Amino acid sequence: MYRIFLSMLVALFLIAAAAPGARAEEALRELVNALGEAKLSDMDEHIASLAKTGDPSVVPILEALGEGDLYVRKADGQVFLTKGNGSKLTLTDPVSGESAGEAPKAALSKVKVNNGVRRAVRTALGSLTLMSPDRNARLKAVQSVLQSPNADALDAIENALAAEKDADVRALLEQARATSLLISDRTVEEKRRAVQTLKAGGGRDALSVLSSALGSADETLKPDIVAAIAGLEQTQALWAAGQNVWYGLSLGSVLLLAAIGLAITFGVMGIINMAHGEMVMLGAYTTFLVQEVVRTSFPGLFDWSLAIALPLAFLVTGAVGLAMERGVIRFLYGRPLETLLATWGMSLILQQAVRTIFGPTNQEVGNPSWMSGAFDLGGLTITWNRLWIIVFALAVFAALLFLLKKTPMGLQMRAVTQNRRMASSMGIRTPWVDALTFALGSGIAGMAGVALSQIDNVSPNLGQGYIIDSFMVVVFGGVGNLWGTLVGAFSLGILNKFLEPYAGAVLGKILVLVLIILFIQKRPRGLFALKGRAVEA
Amino acid sequence: MTIKARVTGAFIAAVLSTTAFNGAFAEDTIKVGILHSLSGTMAISETTLKDAMLMLIDEQNKKGGLLGKKLEAVVVDPASDWPLFAEKARELISVDKVSAVFGCWTSVSRKSVLPVFEELNSILFYPVQYEGEESQRNVFYTGAAPNQQAIPAVDYLMENEEVERWVLAGTDYVYPRTTNKILEAYLIAKGVKPEDIMINYTPFGHSDWQTIVSDIKKFGSAGKKTAVVSTINGDANVPFYKELANQGVKAEDIPVVAFSVGEEELAGLDTGPLVGHLAAWNYFQSVDNPANAEFIKTWKAFTKNDKRVTNDPMEAHYIGFNMWLKAVEKAGTTDTDAVLDAMIGVSVPNLSGGYSTMMPNHHITKPVLIGEIQSDGQFETVWETPGLVVGDEWSDYLPDSKDLISDWRAPMSCGNFNVATGKCGGKGS
Repeated sequence: MYRIFLSMLVALFLIAAAAPGARAEEALRELVNALGEAKLSDMDEHIASLAKTGDPSVVPILEALGEGDLYVRKADGQVFLTKGNGSKLTLTDPVSGESAGEAPKAALSKVKVNNGVRRAVRTALGSLTLMSPDRNARLKAVQSVLQSPNADALDAIENALAAEKDADVRALLEQARATSLLISDRTVEEKRRAVQTLKAGGGRDALSVLSSALGSADETLKPDIVAAIAGLEQTQALWAAGQNVWYGLSLGSVLLLAAIGLAITFGVMGIINMAHGEMVMLGAYTTFLVQEVVRTSFPGLFDWSLAIALPLAFLVTGAVGLAMERGVIRFLYGRPLETLLATWGMSLILQQAVRTIFGPTNQEVGNPSWMSGAFDLGGLTITWNRLWIIVFALAVFAALLFLLKKTPMGLQMRAVTQNRRMASSMGIRTPWVDALTFALGSGIAGMAGVALSQIDNVSPNLGQGYIIDSFMVVVFGGVGNLWGTLVGAFSLGILNKFLEPYAGAVLGKILVLVLIILFIQKRPRGLFALKGRAVEA
Repeated sequence: MTIKARVTGAFIAAVLSTTAFNGAFAEDTIKVGILHSLSGTMAISETTLKDAMLMLIDEQNKKGGLLGKKLEAVVVDPASDWPLFAEKARELISVDKVSAVFGCWTSVSRKSVLPVFEELNSILFYPVQYEGEESQRNVFYTGAAPNQQAIPAVDYLMENEEVERWVLAGTDYVYPRTTNKILEAYLIAKGVKPEDIMINYTPFGHSDWQTIVSDIKKFGSAGKKTAVVSTINGDANVPFYKELANQGVKAEDIPVVAFSVGEEELAGLDTGPLVGHLAAWNYFQSVDNPANAEFIKTWKAFTKNDKRVTNDPMEAHYIGFNMWLKAVEKAGTTDTDAVLDAMIGVSVPNLSGGYSTMMPNHHITKPVLIGEIQSDGQFETVWETPGLVVGDEWSDYLPDSKDLISDWRAPMSCGNFNVATGKCGGKGS
């Protein structure tokens, strides 16, 4: 009896305690369902009122809204978080976080999102997660607060600042406080300090914040802001020069990759190989095929797809090169014009073959996670894919140099190209050395294709864009000299990138061409001409 | 490169005309010419349009053809080579005796075939958005004129995103240059200061966008909301968007609105980092209505590929083809002059849920849709014009053309009537 009484008491107590919770839940549900009916133009207010609840369960709802995963059930106007793509979606109740089964896509309609809504979500999430226990979540929150200065968020920022222990987050928070303070109604003295904080923090974002604050600033504050802007612009200009060098190196590495295979087939062997670009294209398509297989069968290996594609591309294009040399080119040695026409024909055949098999449209080749995004180095923005391509280009160059200079195969290649008859009488099978050298050059072009698939279109026309640049680099650097190709590629890259900001992309390219023509007039053999008897052989 | 393209073109055209499509033995067919590049740089965009036309003709034949006769497609390949377009057009009209031609993509290819259509008096349907400043008796423009794409897009950004600073980035040829000239004049008329407009041109197939993207970021850090209006064409878009994504230019901060990027171009891209960037068209695959659902289903079945997407120029061909069918039925003949007269005023359903009408200036009425890129490579419409917009061939914002109008109905029958002087014949063709 006593026990029953006690349990009833407990039950009563529980109901009483749960009631306000349930009421809050109801209110939240109402707010969430209101999102489903809202017009795009009213979304801001709805998001703000959701954020004002301060309820932590709002965070996943807003995140889903920003991602476009929020759907309304047409039957009853209930809003759900959804997962999955295809014709069926799995639903989750936004308030309780419990699963709500599945529903066909036709029975749901998406809560529309545009850039304005995404901005509002970002701002709301920023102030909601400023106090999150997870350091990365806080870091992300501060960054979003930084991007959307908001005078109302100032108190939240200051609270967060008081509680923050981590130095990185603190530094960012200081910046965020300064940006929001500038547009608030605090005293001029405080604002002046904020300007100094921003100036010390530096960067383009600070410049942007200061410029926009200039218009509405107090008269006594204006000189401070103008001085800060001038200082920041000066440092930006310095960094811009550094950035140009980096862009030039990056463009140079792309040129080097595209040209390095040609430095073998054209530079070392003397074959005018118009199908070189198509070898690059075949390498890119190999990457595409590898990624397709990885995507459908081994999705976990996606980050490794490029590593898998690299040897495969080398083998595929090497084999195509071998077949081309054995089938056509070997009959044409010593007849440059015929070689040019024959390889040109090959390039058309390869292009149209790829177009027939894969279709004329671009194929999607994804960036693995370690090649996406960028990081800041001082005032430089360095994108990962460009950085890896520079590393890769240099690695390929070093490997090739090693192969040519330190291995028996390289020795034979050099012997055959320098004096065919002598090499032949020493017992070297010159036809096979020719074939292997051509295959090596083609294989390297294929590997270049793997790297270029990361920054360019994978389409049948891929190779055409690189063939002229490749010849330009090899001729400019000096035919037959690998070091010449390296120096040629990087100097053309940097030259191009220094001309571009002043002359524009179109005129810049023309100027580079004109300069090369003038240079070749002066030094017909390029930067690093081969000297001695080898030249005549 | 031109010689190269010409060789391929000639080769393929020879193969095509001798084998597949030389079906001239059937007497009672009505022939329809398809003039789209199947090789060379433009093959990427134009091959799809050829397939779309073959599908439309196929569907019409299943419904019993036209005037009791079957339709027959005559496909030629001008190989992305502009002079070859004129040659192939001549071949279609005088050798194959086609009743109408559907074709061309780039403005320069259209300009190259204009004299041929005028001389041989035939009909061309041109399905791509273009720079305007033209109205020709023998051409029907089913793509968007600048006021049906560029101007509404700029208005949207001004009103909804409160953009004050503009980057006009384009590929260096006639369409971007003319469109940017119109936009610049329009923006200045709207009170934008010249120093808040940055214009940038790049060569065809430009692949190294590092400097330009970083310039855009720099231009965007002047404390005013900045947007990029992109008339970048074809293959150059993929590296451009990849660079935007990698340098972290988000649509929430600096949105890019593109006039040449559709579903087909996005197919080669991971659109995850690009969500929110915009495009302005008159049709999106994602438009939700029964006619469009049917069209997409037929297209996927016809190409036997479940992943194929539809796009705006395809819809333009759909509209153009149906208009032509209706006009021929109205005229009761495929005779050029009769069809030209019958075309004006013809109204057919479009795929975005309304009707498009052929106006006396040979341009059509269309709704304008602004869409945001989604992570699945589709667009979501975020804004559309309340009604249909009439294509304006002579821009009101260029001093040379603001007095010109076009009306191909008798008695005016003029493509460039100057309302100030009251005479036919002004600038342009």
